[in-house]
Amino acid sequence: MLIIQDLHVFHGPIEAVHGISLEVPQGKCISLLGPNGAGKTSTISAITGIARSTGEVRFEGRDLSRESVEARIAAGIAVSPEGRRIFSNLTVLENLTLGAALQKNAKEKARDRDHWFSLFPILAERRDQPAGTLSGGEQQMLAIARALMARPRILLLDEPSLGLAPKIVRQIFDLIASLKEQGMTILLVEQNATQALRLADYAYLMSSGRIVAHGTADELGKSDRLMAELTGVA
Amino acid sequence: MEYIIQQVLNALSFGAEYALLALGLAIVFSIMGLVNFAHGEIIAVGGYTMVAFASLSIGNPFIVMGGAVLAAMLASLTLERVAFRPVRKADPTTGLLTAFGVSIVLQNLFLLFVSPRPIAVTSLYFLDWPIEIAGIRLASLQVFEALTTIIVIVALMLFLRRTVLGLAVRAASLDFEMVRLTGIRANRVFAMAFLISGLLAGLACIFIMARRGSVDPHLGFEPVLKAFVACVVGGFGSLPGAVLGGFLLGAVEVAMLVMLPQSLGGMTDAFVFMIVAMILIWRPDGILSPAVEKGDKL
Repeated sequence: MLIIQDLHVFHGPIEAVHGISLEVPQGKCISLLGPNGAGKTSTISAITGIARSTGEVRFEGRDLSRESVEARIAAGIAVSPEGRRIFSNLTVLENLTLGAALQKNAKEKARDRDHWFSLFPILAERRDQPAGTLSGGEQQMLAIARALMARPRILLLDEPSLGLAPKIVRQIFDLIASLKEQGMTILLVEQNATQALRLADYAYLMSSGRIVAHGTADELGKSDRLMAELTGVA
Repeated sequence: MEYIIQQVLNALSFGAEYALLALGLAIVFSIMGLVNFAHGEIIAVGGYTMVAFASLSIGNPFIVMGGAVLAAMLASLTLERVAFRPVRKADPTTGLLTAFGVSIVLQNLFLLFVSPRPIAVTSLYFLDWPIEIAGIRLASLQVFEALTTIIVIVALMLFLRRTVLGLAVRAASLDFEMVRLTGIRANRVFAMAFLISGLLAGLACIFIMARRGSVDPHLGFEPVLKAFVACVVGGFGSLPGAVLGGFLLGAVEVAMLVMLPQSLGGMTDAFVFMIVAMILIWRPDGILSPAVEKGDKL
């Protein structure tokens, strides 16, 4: 569904990702693992078009690498970015409304919203509060719900567990698992390899801008390379 | 007592005009961090449009007013497209210099192609007649202006809270990139901010012209300066701050006019700016400055 080939990502003059290739098949959850600074977030930014890149980003057979950010989102890509980036000056409800900005059907929008509210009762309770007043875990749920309001064909999750308490992390991963069960195609970027591998069908391990290992969750979970890269201990 | 009520009403009407002007600056600043000093020239475009109507002997006031507002909106949109869009990603200083440049270019275009001298526009005098209620004297223009400002504030609030594009404008003031990641086209959000700014300039133009009765190339200088001060006092980037700053500036100005002895009459502005400076010592970022992000919440 999403095929990336020979992707180089640049931040100004610096090349952060040096030609990676990966594939996210329809209905699967693919995980991109690696330590800080490996180029995971840069890869996400290149898929959405925020970061400058060369190489191919092919989505449902269509080459998106020359398309604008807006066109890529319209094609069905949604992202819950690193650091959540909810609109803290807007209410919870307004955040969700913006997530559905490209949706035309008002009834569907209302149904989606009620669906996510029933899944996250805390968001429903705080629908008219500024999103900045939510706790970190609630903000992460809001960021994911905002992305889902767009009815995406693929969901990019960038470090959804970052900075959250273990109990909340479990909740977030339970949510991702249930999204996967419902057939959502997911690209999950994580440092929390244990949790991510539990969910992922296939995983890629990045380090210093390159993919250094890939395989099914089982294969990668057993490899020494993973531990070495993530802990820095060989 | 009547005297006090009279002065309070005066302060409100001054403040209403400043609020209208300040909102026009603030809405653009809030999303792109640009102080659009060419806002004054957009007001002047409205004024010259009135001159054009007069020379075509079109006197229907609704056509004249509507035309001026439309011309200001168009001018604002055009400036966004040709001048500000190319420097959107550049340094804030580049944007500021661009705004000054545009302002100077437009002033000189007025000088060269129209006239360096004031041109009389009489078609809006009808808006201004004296009203007296219970011993309080008011100009109808003051009432119209205050009402317009109130309607504008309410309409703007509805737009910013009830429409997707309005929500996007507010969200963009915080995180523009994330707005793009919801699929909303960046250009539309910027164009909308400039369109609203142009509309506000056009409305202000009607009242300025009705009061002054003439237009010259420097028509916009003083209004934009007042708007700038109002924004600084209220907190740059905050729309409620712009409104508050506008009314506060109006109140301080009227208070100075009333309280200063005749001999110091020429120094009103000096005292006004002194008070502004003192407010800024108290709140360096302005009274309602948007809260600075204090880092990630864990």
